[in-house]
Amino acid sequence: MPMIDIDWLKDHVEVPEDLTYEQLAKDLVKVGLEEEEIHSSQVTGPIVVGYVVDATPEPQKNGKIINWCHVDVGPEYNETDEHGNKVPRGIICGAPNMAAGEKVVVTLPGAVLPGDFKIEPRKTYGHISNGMCASERELGLGDNHDGIILLRNYGFTPEEYDALKPGDDAMHLLHLDQPLLEINITPDRGYAFSYRGVAREYHHSTGAAYVDPAVELNAKAPVVAGDPNVTPDIEVSIEDDNPIHGVPGCDRYYARAVRGFDPAAHTPNWMRRRLVRAGMRSISLAVDVTNYVMLDLGQPMHAYDMDKIEGPIVVRRAREGEQLTTLDGKNHDLSTEDLLITDSPNGDRGSRILGIAGVMGGLYGEVTADTKNILLEAAHFDQVTIARSARRHKIPSEASRRFERGVDSQLQPAAAQMAAELLSRYGDGEPSMHPTDVNNVVFRRPIHFKASEVARVAGLDVDVNRISDILTDIGCRVAGGGNGEFSVTAPSWRPDLNEACDLVEEVARLVGYDEIPVTVPPAPVNGAVGLTPEQRHRREVANELAEYGMVEALSYPFIGDEEFKEFGYDVDATKRVSVEITNPLAGNRPYLRRDILPTLAGTVQLNLRRGLENISLYEIGHVYLWDPNAPAIPALPGGVKPTDEQLAALDAGLPEQPMHVAGILTGLAENSGWLGGKRTVDWSDAVEAVRRIGERLGADLTFDQPAAADVPAQWHPGRTARVMAGDTFVGLVGELHPHIDKALGFPEHSAAFELDLDALFATLDGKPVQAKPISTFPPVKQDLAFTVPTTVSAAQLEDVIREAAGDALESIELFDVFTGDQIGEGLKSLAFAVVFRAPDKTLTAEDSEAIRKAIVDKAAGIGAQLRA
Amino acid sequence: MAEVQFDAQAVTDAVNDGIAKIENASTSEELKAIKSGVITALTQASKAIGSLPVDQKKDAGKLMGKLRADFGRAFGAKETQVKADEEAKALAAETVDMTLPVDRKPLGARHPISRVIEDIEDFFTSMGWQISAGPEVETEWYNFDALNFGPDHPARQMQDTFYVKGNQAKDAAGFVGSNMVVRTQTSSDQVRALITRGVPLYIASPGRVFRTDELDATHTPVFHQCEALAVDKHLTMADLKGVLDKLAVAMFGPEAKTRLRPSYFPFTEPSAELDLWFPDKKGGPGWLEWGGCGMVNPNVLKSAGIDPDVYTGFAFGVGVERTLLLRHDINDMHDLVEGDVRFSEQFVMGE
Repeated sequence: MPMIDIDWLKDHVEVPEDLTYEQLAKDLVKVGLEEEEIHSSQVTGPIVVGYVVDATPEPQKNGKIINWCHVDVGPEYNETDEHGNKVPRGIICGAPNMAAGEKVVVTLPGAVLPGDFKIEPRKTYGHISNGMCASERELGLGDNHDGIILLRNYGFTPEEYDALKPGDDAMHLLHLDQPLLEINITPDRGYAFSYRGVAREYHHSTGAAYVDPAVELNAKAPVVAGDPNVTPDIEVSIEDDNPIHGVPGCDRYYARAVRGFDPAAHTPNWMRRRLVRAGMRSISLAVDVTNYVMLDLGQPMHAYDMDKIEGPIVVRRAREGEQLTTLDGKNHDLSTEDLLITDSPNGDRGSRILGIAGVMGGLYGEVTADTKNILLEAAHFDQVTIARSARRHKIPSEASRRFERGVDSQLQPAAAQMAAELLSRYGDGEPSMHPTDVNNVVFRRPIHFKASEVARVAGLDVDVNRISDILTDIGCRVAGGGNGEFSVTAPSWRPDLNEACDLVEEVARLVGYDEIPVTVPPAPVNGAVGLTPEQRHRREVANELAEYGMVEALSYPFIGDEEFKEFGYDVDATKRVSVEITNPLAGNRPYLRRDILPTLAGTVQLNLRRGLENISLYEIGHVYLWDPNAPAIPALPGGVKPTDEQLAALDAGLPEQPMHVAGILTGLAENSGWLGGKRTVDWSDAVEAVRRIGERLGADLTFDQPAAADVPAQWHPGRTARVMAGDTFVGLVGELHPHIDKALGFPEHSAAFELDLDALFATLDGKPVQAKPISTFPPVKQDLAFTVPTTVSAAQLEDVIREAAGDALESIELFDVFTGDQIGEGLKSLAFAVVFRAPDKTLTAEDSEAIRKAIVDKAAGIGAQLRA
Repeated sequence: MAEVQFDAQAVTDAVNDGIAKIENASTSEELKAIKSGVITALTQASKAIGSLPVDQKKDAGKLMGKLRADFGRAFGAKETQVKADEEAKALAAETVDMTLPVDRKPLGARHPISRVIEDIEDFFTSMGWQISAGPEVETEWYNFDALNFGPDHPARQMQDTFYVKGNQAKDAAGFVGSNMVVRTQTSSDQVRALITRGVPLYIASPGRVFRTDELDATHTPVFHQCEALAVDKHLTMADLKGVLDKLAVAMFGPEAKTRLRPSYFPFTEPSAELDLWFPDKKGGPGWLEWGGCGMVNPNVLKSAGIDPDVYTGFAFGVGVERTLLLRHDINDMHDLVEGDVRFSEQFVMGE
């Protein structure tokens, strides 16, 4: 994002003498230009101008030639010889361009350069080097490290150069001591990608006097009258046969020649310094000027070697199969949506590609070190066309960044004028007075603006006249206003202003958001109150598990082959039904989970690896179930409500994303320390967690144990149950398969559960509990022990007892489970404590005997025998 | 058996002897034995009274009454004292070190992100708003187009979006894909809620969002936001500021307040960055970035078929992680996302 240099900003707007970068940042943020960072100076002095008195080449054994130099750095910094006389400093310099008579930049002992590079006297090549002559790179001024800085080449005028005296502060000369403000530009404010724009915003913030440089430059630009007797600099033709969204890729192309340019001319020091501080390299005067104009005015420009171009220039879309090697040496297959700048060698119209419009030039036609005649291009390209080409070819250039945010459509003559003046002043070029201007810019429709919108939307009470003044100040033409309604034409540099609400924002931000009053809207009259049952249930589950002793975690849902394998999934089959990310952060985890357990397992592992033990985690979150047969999702325009069919099509293509809860329990389930109670986790701890969830929700959960062969591979074949809410399958609970424990590094018998909460919550009717009356008659307590085949589950027998006992059964508790020789092969003993109680009378011995008999008879039906 | 003679002296001696022994007794057992001896003497003497001449019976009866009373007084007082001593001793024997650590049924912990989301939900429901939620894998239409991010909008590129792979669909710019993303913002729920719930609408939509930022001290690719949206007649930016100030107070205490700075979001116009005045900021109270907000762009209302000339609305989004980092002085995002139990256990059931 752009760097703001106060020294440059004040070309366009008055700033206080003592303006600090901190204050500038505050002023700009008020109107919406956010501070990214204030870059403070990276170097400390002393760094001074030095005059090379002599330089003696000394060939070294390694073949290198170094210079033993004496450099005059002024009376303050020069050395003192044995007689007490000030003499030039002895400095060793290996740079090939070191020569006597040069003025150079000397970093003296005590200076610190970027990278915490401290300058100290040091013994080297048999001399004491008492300082260092610096290159651009060493000072953080650029990436040039081919030699030291020769101030002769730094674009000073002869007078300025002569005035440079040994010992002068080079920090200030090169602005090394100046900070810079880096700002963020929101995508709607393309014009703020220029000093012209930032200066205007500074004016809006502070009221400082601002002069739009484009006004004077446009006035100075030659008038293109279309006189048939005048031959323009070059013929230009815009031939767009494939506009995007019906918008031509180029609606203005302005070309102006500068002839007789001196290719040896240097970029002036001030321009070079400003470019470098803006983060650009200084390349050559012609290129530097186009970059400088872009940074200053916001108009990206291109400079061609006019002698290599054969007219007409044709602006057209690429044709199928065309290719271009761009300036950066990369080859691109062009798309028929790419807009090209082409010329016409040998009369072959538009046959040679010069570049991708507004994005990057090609290798042919560029200005070079020999260019004498320059053709300047200042054009206005369509935002979408440029954005797509930059995106397609992955070339986010300084030019494309500006074009895709929108460039001023009236700026082209001014930009060319400014560039021409600079090339003339510093390169002796002669600007043509017959530029070419193909201008198809469509006039913008004025915005109908009711002043009352400011109050209706922003809540600001602003006088109509003030509204008009503010809009005028941002560059709008404001007409009407008598009845509180205006016709507002937005300025050419504000393509973002198209609707009334855009103008409301302009008024509100310039009045100041702080001026908006503060109110609170009343609660809506209609509609439900509070959380939905599902939202409440989610909290109940989360709180229950935490109260049970588990710790909540939130794992990333990303997953890949390795996790699939570790967790015992069929990798290929799972991938087919998993959501895949096109651009994952980690290439080995491009999928989204279908269950929480595998990603939660990663969090358990992280804890175990950190030496923590007895980790029991749970997570509530979504899983993503890809349907390979889901219909394609349509692309629909915004700003229009889709039809019901279209809305249905949007949702039909989305994967199901139910909310799950999962838990993993490892290590000790009970650990009461000195109290001595220690017990390791097993299946029962997971069942307990699920049971508590069920009770907390009021769900009637049952456990249905499948045959070992039907248990999924992740689970222990003999210690896993399907969790049922009535007839609805809601998840699994049990112990992880020993293979999984081993693969994940979990303790043996680690337990787990995963439930589909959407499915579970859907089984809850949400009706208030209907309370039963409490009987005050005495209970009858009995113990009943049965011998049953091992194939009969405790739950089956309990169900039978409940059914047989009927309403008289108050409670039933399994208190003993027992197998062994006394019972016999294939059998087990289950002992229940039951309590009978009638609601309306004291049960007699006959009553309880009848109930007991009913139970025994019924239990016999599933092979259960009452033990004597 | 021969008749026993009533011996006034003997029974008096027996009782006095008993009373004397009581003085020295220190256990219930001793007292019981003494009592039993005295009762025996008294019972025998009582029986002997029957054989006394009538004129002596009265005196004997008086004597017996006095002896019983004397003994009863002495015994009662001592018995109370001995029992109290014995109980005190027994309780002393049961004394434990009450500072021993006891953690028979340890509490687990909620994750602070989930808890702060619940706090935010409670804030909104207390104002009469509803809580909404949209899908995390979302259509590009709801995540972008409906929110005024056209297919070529520069902001669509700046969101660091995770795209969902697919080859069946084409987007409006002709790029082949799925037309699905993993949502970049909870704002994706705005138009869904407007279409399914209609206006007037007052909702908050907290949830998970995704951006292609690598995990580091200040970024995480998976994080949480809470979107708030109100659409009604007569809502202005003043209402936006009021709700934001109240939320700030709910999250950061009575000194907190908010400030708006001009900014840009495609789905709001006017738009603003939301700054929080944070009284407990390190190095002194100050403004910190908290989220983004603005008045709902008319194009968003139109995406839901709502007339922007009749209805206005405001929307804002705050980062849940950011809220926690500020409030709890968490310096590294890793702590918040890794799931190390030591982190969550600091917060137990609350935050």
